[in-house]
Amino acid sequence: MTETSTETYETLYTRLQETVAQLEVGNLPLAEALALYEQGVQLAAACQRLLDSAELRVQQLQSDQPDDQ
Amino acid sequence: MTVNIISISQITSYLRELLENDVMLSDIWVLGEVSNLKRASSGHYYFTLKDDAAALDVAMWRTYTSRLTHNLQNGDAVLAHGRVSIYEPSGRLQFYVDMLQPAGVGLLHARFEELKQRLAAEGLFDESRKRPLPPLPHRIGIATSAQAAALRDILTVLARRYPLVEVVLSPCLVQGERAPDSISAALYRLYAQDVDLIILARGGGSIEDLWCFNEEIVARTVFASPVPVITGVGHETDTTIVDYVADVRAATPSAAAEQAVPDMAVLAEAVTVLRQQLDEAMSAQLWMHQNALHSATATLQRQNPALWLARSRQQVDDLVQRATRQVRYLTERRQLQLDGLRQQLITLSPYATLHRGYAVVQRTSDGGVVTAPAQVQRGERLRLTLRAGELAAVAAPPAPIEEQHTDD
Repeated sequence: MTETSTETYETLYTRLQETVAQLEVGNLPLAEALALYEQGVQLAAACQRLLDSAELRVQQLQSDQPDDQ
Repeated sequence: MTVNIISISQITSYLRELLENDVMLSDIWVLGEVSNLKRASSGHYYFTLKDDAAALDVAMWRTYTSRLTHNLQNGDAVLAHGRVSIYEPSGRLQFYVDMLQPAGVGLLHARFEELKQRLAAEGLFDESRKRPLPPLPHRIGIATSAQAAALRDILTVLARRYPLVEVVLSPCLVQGERAPDSISAALYRLYAQDVDLIILARGGGSIEDLWCFNEEIVARTVFASPVPVITGVGHETDTTIVDYVADVRAATPSAAAEQAVPDMAVLAEAVTVLRQQLDEAMSAQLWMHQNALHSATATLQRQNPALWLARSRQQVDDLVQRATRQVRYLTERRQLQLDGLRQQLITLSPYATLHRGYAVVQRTSDGGVVTAPAQVQRGERLRLTLRAGELAAVAAPPAPIEEQHTDD
């Protein structure tokens, strides 16, 4: 079975949403705002990369009865 | 002893009531062979249903015969649905049929209806237990035949819409006697996997082909699923028992795949929108900090000592000016008061009297002011002070003022 070594799209996307929401709250120290922005840019890029490069992975379970295949 | 005599009408009507109140007889399925078929001109059918040992008169009204999908013939093995009552004019038992199908198909339908009602009563189809599909599934289980077109259709749709998803295929037979057990086992294998949702699918086929999806074991297995199940069985018009149990029923295998995953294009758009929001939020942050900096600079400017010094100087100037004005004001006021007093003094001084033409008379010798004639001697020298100067005079004997006037 293929393992997903990297983070899943939904995780990245959720984090991107959270990052944007945090940055939108406002009143952050500049350094913190910049760090959040940087993180957001990277997350957005990672999401896009995943969407661009994804290929459907199919794993087949073994049936108890071989002729069921 | 009294003999209780009742009429025939009373018997038949009593029997009819008895029959029509019987729960079993008012809703039954009967399997039998058609014989003695009469098609009345009214559209009603009359025939006999029989098996090896018995026969039953049947009436089927036009309302129902018009719904028959096949041409009924003597000798047909049929499954008929209806109620049993008594035809009072003849006193004969009659089966009033409202639905009739060829026995093979009819049996399947009957089983379908029976199972559907039973499972519905048990709550297997309840809307309240339908679960929402995960918006971004990570692993999708598929139970279907590994060779069939249905699987290819599903994979094609998944690859096009959302290739991020991982597919776990659990192959099974989707046709034939062993299919129900095979499907159930394949589903349970998926339940052991960490999947977010399951697609149970099969391509189109005859009602017999799709029958495994109407089996109770399959329905109960789907009901037991720990994750949402989407069914895509047959064509759009086919509805099987599992479709009722599933969380979502799709019309076809492809449609099931469409419903299972989001469209990647929509996701990409969402990422773009979030990316824009991120930029906007950052701009807002920067603007806020810029603003704070501006206002801090302005505050600092206001605290500049040079500015303060200039302001102090200005204040000193102002004070000096105000002091000067005040001194001038006070001086002028005193001047006015002085002038007033002086004027008053002038008015009160004896010289003012002189102005009006009076004269002050003084003895030249000692300067004493003469206010009465007795104060001077005859021939004594006097000084008269007038407004414009002085005159010397010599005192003459006084004459009464009246006499003088009279003399003149």
